[in-house]
Amino acid sequence: MSDFTPSSQRKVRPQFTNLNVLQIARYSLPLPGKVSIFHRLSGAGMFLLLPWILYLFEQSVTTEVTFEVFKAIVSSVCVKIILLGLIWAYLHHFCAGIRFLLLDLHIGIDKASARQSAAAVFAVSVPLAVLCGLKLFGVF
Amino acid sequence: MSSSNKDFGAKRLTVGAHYGLMDWLAQRVTAVIMAVYTLVLLVMFFTSAEFSYDTWAGVFTASWGGFPIMKLLTFLTLLSLFYHAWIGIRDIWMDYVKPTAIRLTLHVLTILWLLGCSAYAALILWRL
Repeated sequence: MSDFTPSSQRKVRPQFTNLNVLQIARYSLPLPGKVSIFHRLSGAGMFLLLPWILYLFEQSVTTEVTFEVFKAIVSSVCVKIILLGLIWAYLHHFCAGIRFLLLDLHIGIDKASARQSAAAVFAVSVPLAVLCGLKLFGVF
Repeated sequence: MSSSNKDFGAKRLTVGAHYGLMDWLAQRVTAVIMAVYTLVLLVMFFTSAEFSYDTWAGVFTASWGGFPIMKLLTFLTLLSLFYHAWIGIRDIWMDYVKPTAIRLTLHVLTILWLLGCSAYAALILWRL
């Protein structure tokens, strides 16, 4: 819509070409942009921890003895914090991924619904992560 | 040789081989496989009576008429994950790392990392 208003009537917007690190800190992404960058960050984080996740999986399934080793590892607070980070990463990546699949099918590609679905990603993934965190730290 | 053959020579077609499309599609197909597997695993996890070694390992040793179906599905899903991760991580390097030497090194390291993970996953499931 704004593309068709004469340039003299447009408000002057800050322009960012080749952002540097300091500019990134001041640059406020719209909600769909936040979904996107967290999708990338969560994916990279899970990629880096893949061998460790496989190690935990190995301990949990191999024998009853290693299952006890798994339980001992997971009982540490440090490990729980990392696990909660991974759980959030998985939940966000999952929800944002479904949103991207829908966008690929041209569902909800107008600006208003794209913002709504971006909000929905956070509205689903964050409370679920909080719930998992409460369970992980034994609140219920 | 007709002049419309663009497979070789100085005027060969260097775009349009659909490499990008194939990767894009592969990333989405593997995503759907992982999403379905996740939901199946969640259902199996929440319908089991208690979290013990037997119920947990039983999820992965579940067989279908003697055929270790869950081992196979788990391995296929993990391979999907590794291929999905390859495309995603490669995209990250392509977006942020411009010097060719560093980028190619990172690509090779990423492939080795994921091949290592594949071998480790096979080892874990093999022993079950």
